[in-house]
Amino acid sequence: MNRLYSAIGRYAILMSSVFSRPEKGKVYRRLILDELMKIGVQSLGIVALLSLFMGAVVTLQTAANIDSGWIPKWTIGFTARQTMILEFSSTMVCLILSGKVGSNIASEIGTMRITEQIDALDIMGVNSASYLILPKIIAAVFIFPFIVIISMVLGIAAGALVGSASGAISLTDFEYGLQYYFDPFDIIYTLIKCVVFAFIITSVSAYHGYNTRGGALEVGQSSTRAVVSSIILIMIFNYMLTQLLLL
Amino acid sequence: MIEVRSISKSFGTHQVLKNVNVSFEPGKVNFIIGRSGQGKSVLAKCIVGLMEVDQGQVMFDERNFTMMDRWERKDVRKDIGMLFQGSALFDSMTVEENVMFPLRMFSKVPVSEMRERASHCLKRVNLEGKNKLYPSELSGGMKKRTGIARAIAMNPKYLFIDEPNSGLDPQTSIVIDNLVREITNEYNVITVVISHDMNSVMEIGDRINFIYNGEIWWKGDKKEILNTDNQELNNFVFPSRFMQEIREGLRQMK
Repeated sequence: MNRLYSAIGRYAILMSSVFSRPEKGKVYRRLILDELMKIGVQSLGIVALLSLFMGAVVTLQTAANIDSGWIPKWTIGFTARQTMILEFSSTMVCLILSGKVGSNIASEIGTMRITEQIDALDIMGVNSASYLILPKIIAAVFIFPFIVIISMVLGIAAGALVGSASGAISLTDFEYGLQYYFDPFDIIYTLIKCVVFAFIITSVSAYHGYNTRGGALEVGQSSTRAVVSSIILIMIFNYMLTQLLLL
Repeated sequence: MIEVRSISKSFGTHQVLKNVNVSFEPGKVNFIIGRSGQGKSVLAKCIVGLMEVDQGQVMFDERNFTMMDRWERKDVRKDIGMLFQGSALFDSMTVEENVMFPLRMFSKVPVSEMRERASHCLKRVNLEGKNKLYPSELSGGMKKRTGIARAIAMNPKYLFIDEPNSGLDPQTSIVIDNLVREITNEYNVITVVISHDMNSVMEIGDRINFIYNGEIWWKGDKKEILNTDNQELNNFVFPSRFMQEIREGLRQMK
């Protein structure tokens, strides 16, 4: 338990350094653009692929499980929409990104730590925590909502295409299900979640990387710890935010 | 002048530095030598503020670095250049970008001037034409020279060099040693070198501080080393029979 309290304390101290006044805004702008490319654009491929298949599978599974004539066919479109918007595109995509982005951040910063690059920044008088971590947090918090929206669109589109191509549901029924009892707040809810998850993934992974000590083995361990901690925190905050925002 | 006044540092129950007093003068190459695990690197890290001391003070030209907060230290740090053991070049940047980095962060001059300054520094360390290479494309010696170029980019008053010759062949080591000597004279900086390479010490050392068991055990210049009766220093400097014979030979020559 003491280790947990100590970790929370060190995380809070690190974040206070991260959010202290940056040295030179112009340098940070360039770093943020680089991070937008690394965190956002380079994650699009995997997110698109998973969203397409997930949307298709959710549609087919729902269609396969509706036996009763009492349940209308448009329920398939409704289910695909709710699944993609409420859970898959925010929580699942962020869990996937915690593996890709989180491990990348932890290993990058961890390697900088063990090769004394962070010490070199500190010696020069650069706030290394802010210089290395702030651009990643800003980039992720900004780009994750776009990634999540792309995931929703692709997943639902794939569901509609596969559903109609397989004869499970007509496009008209699917579209009716999509629009049925639609609450725009669901989109806001999912975007709030993904912003929180973006912060968790980047800050927690950076924390593990920044506190790496030792050599290559420890960098690997930091990377694993970053992913595991991010996943646990995402699940906890997913529950808390759902309780808070939906009920 | 850099003055280290009675600093101590412990990790848990293990006291690594014990009441260390030492000073470093401008225009001189000051060495901190000693066996591995005796506290050389910890001492250097305490001086530059990478580690906080448990007690004592570090003065940079009468400025009490130990008592300063983060923002005050920033001003002193702009006067410090450091070459790390592994060079610590930023992997994602080219040689030129590495050298320009401190200028980008702290100076307001146009980029063209920064490039000029970077080219000047690279020329100074004989790395002309290597501007666009990445650290992964450099040899060990070239990395060290790039590190030196980055360290002098801001015209530092204090230059710290950690194990400048580690991993280098003897000839490249001499090139780096000479460069350190020349830059110290040229910029009149206070150079502090942490090393256990006695060749380097005898080649360019002006003042030598031998650290043993967390204490400054011996101070002097390289001539005095040959005649010292300090047993621990003798064991360190002349560890083999071959080295002891060389010392005897040198004594007889005198």
